[in-house]
Amino acid sequence: MGTITLRNVRKAFGDAIIIPGADLEIGHGEFVVFVGPSGCGKSTLLRLIAGLEDLTAGEIFIDGQNVSDVPPSKRGLSMVFQSYALYPHMSVRNNIAFGLKMAGMPKDEIEAKVMKAAATLNLTEYLDRKPRQLSGGQRQRVAIGRAIVRQPKGFLFDEPLSNLDAALRVNMRVEIMQLHQDLGATMIYVTHDQVEAMTMADRIVVLNRGVIEQVGSPLELYHRPDSVFVAGFIGSPRMNLMTGVVAAKHKAQTIGVRPEHMAIIPSGGDVDGTILLTEHLGSDSFLHVDGGEAGRLTVRASGDFAGKPGDKVSLKFEPDRIHKFDGSGRAVR
Amino acid sequence: MARAVSPRRRMIFTVLAWSIAFVIFFPVLWTVLTSFKTEGEAIHLPPKFIFFDWTLENYAVVQERSNYLKFAMNSVFLALGSTFFALVIAIPAAWAMAFAPGKYTKDILMWMLSTKMMPPVGALIPLYLIFRDLGLLDTRGGIIAVLMLLNLPIIIWMLYTYFKEIPGEILEASRMDGASVGKELLYVLAPMAVPGIASTVLLNIILAWNEAFWTLSLTTKDAAPLTQFIASYSSPEGLFWAKLSAASTMAIAPILVLGWFAQKQLVRGLTFGAVK
Repeated sequence: MGTITLRNVRKAFGDAIIIPGADLEIGHGEFVVFVGPSGCGKSTLLRLIAGLEDLTAGEIFIDGQNVSDVPPSKRGLSMVFQSYALYPHMSVRNNIAFGLKMAGMPKDEIEAKVMKAAATLNLTEYLDRKPRQLSGGQRQRVAIGRAIVRQPKGFLFDEPLSNLDAALRVNMRVEIMQLHQDLGATMIYVTHDQVEAMTMADRIVVLNRGVIEQVGSPLELYHRPDSVFVAGFIGSPRMNLMTGVVAAKHKAQTIGVRPEHMAIIPSGGDVDGTILLTEHLGSDSFLHVDGGEAGRLTVRASGDFAGKPGDKVSLKFEPDRIHKFDGSGRAVR
Repeated sequence: MARAVSPRRRMIFTVLAWSIAFVIFFPVLWTVLTSFKTEGEAIHLPPKFIFFDWTLENYAVVQERSNYLKFAMNSVFLALGSTFFALVIAIPAAWAMAFAPGKYTKDILMWMLSTKMMPPVGALIPLYLIFRDLGLLDTRGGIIAVLMLLNLPIIIWMLYTYFKEIPGEILEASRMDGASVGKELLYVLAPMAVPGIASTVLLNIILAWNEAFWTLSLTTKDAAPLTQFIASYSSPEGLFWAKLSAASTMAIAPILVLGWFAQKQLVRGLTFGAVK
């Protein structure tokens, strides 16, 4: 089992309130991603679940048991840190075995488990090396190995891939998703990268200034953002957000239209503008358009789109893909 | 970043560095040389550098006149004792400051360091009176307490900067791995901190060994360390340069040897934290 429940979880450092009050239910085997800009409290929330930070108020339950005052060593969770946090004076073997030794497991059993974890993560030939003799990707694997051998109730990942280069990051992302499928364990994953969130998560928790803005599947957040913040944060390139006259036409304070939900037509669209830049990705082209009162807009066009900077275009929004928001930034539906 | 240094420049700097080192080392060298001279040659003008009649007579006289071993044992006692008790206090203090800093941690650290800026003679009279009234004058326990307090700020500072370098996440990782506080200390903290503690210990032993002001002021006989041993040769009967030099050489030899073998450890300890 591995259900995690947060009830009115609050965290403040002195006068600074980091998390004013969070409620969340995480089911067994779920892959939940906490995402938000830096300083939004996502890491703090994870550390509260881990027990590395004390709660200011509220309760945390793991498998229905109140663990609010239980030290991290007794919560039965594993954590993978951004800096890997390997024990520098121990070999890879001992790094992976440390948790099992702490649990007082017999030696031969530890050895068998370490070998199995090492085989899963392609670390077998590095078992006798020290962490400093490993590359970044290998270190990250050791950190993951250390987490999986203990067969915890849940895994906590704190931006585990942000120290890796782009190519390795994509590989490790797939490996972690594969691991989740194989183990079927509950995983909470913190990242500031919304692409990681979109590709990996069963459910995404979007945080902004310590407040949970929205919880939902990647596509729910993508298609039905509850707020301007979520609308602007999820999706790449970003959703076009427009205020003023353009929004007023749709009886809203702010409207949002994604780049792929605008059509380029010769004239008579919702917004007329001038192409400033074109980015050709092969499969698609992204146009940066000066939309006058609508501001600067990003539009997706086909890969062989022939427009050049300076060309006049008219943009037609898909009517049922226009997201409307009121003055407080909440969605109007 | 590597900078190209021409062979000529390198040579000039090498010569310069050796010259400066020689100038700094010269008094020690002169003391050692003088200890092998007769009293007459020791004050001979112009001074004789190495061409004189080498003799061990001074060492024999010094050994005969005073009990070197007793002073040396006191020095060892005071240096090790004060270091041990300082560590007992400084390790938990530095841990607390490094890993659970409070609002005033920085201020406390600065305040501790500021005590080193006061001239010790300012505290001499009150401390002397306290020692007299408590019967601590010329006792090993009393001097150990003074030396311990004297070097405590430096020890806490050194350990603090050292502990600061240990990433907190590693300790947290061990907690997540199920380690209790005791096991975290034993298996994760201690092995990582050993080099830092070792260099702190070495430095403190050297500082305590060389401390002269308090040991000269508060001891006479029973607890007198090697500083008293040297001082006893600058006597009112007139200066005996050769014998004084022999006594000095005997006093500094043990710590010089220790320092020589530990220099790598010492340099590492003192420059730790200088470069992130």
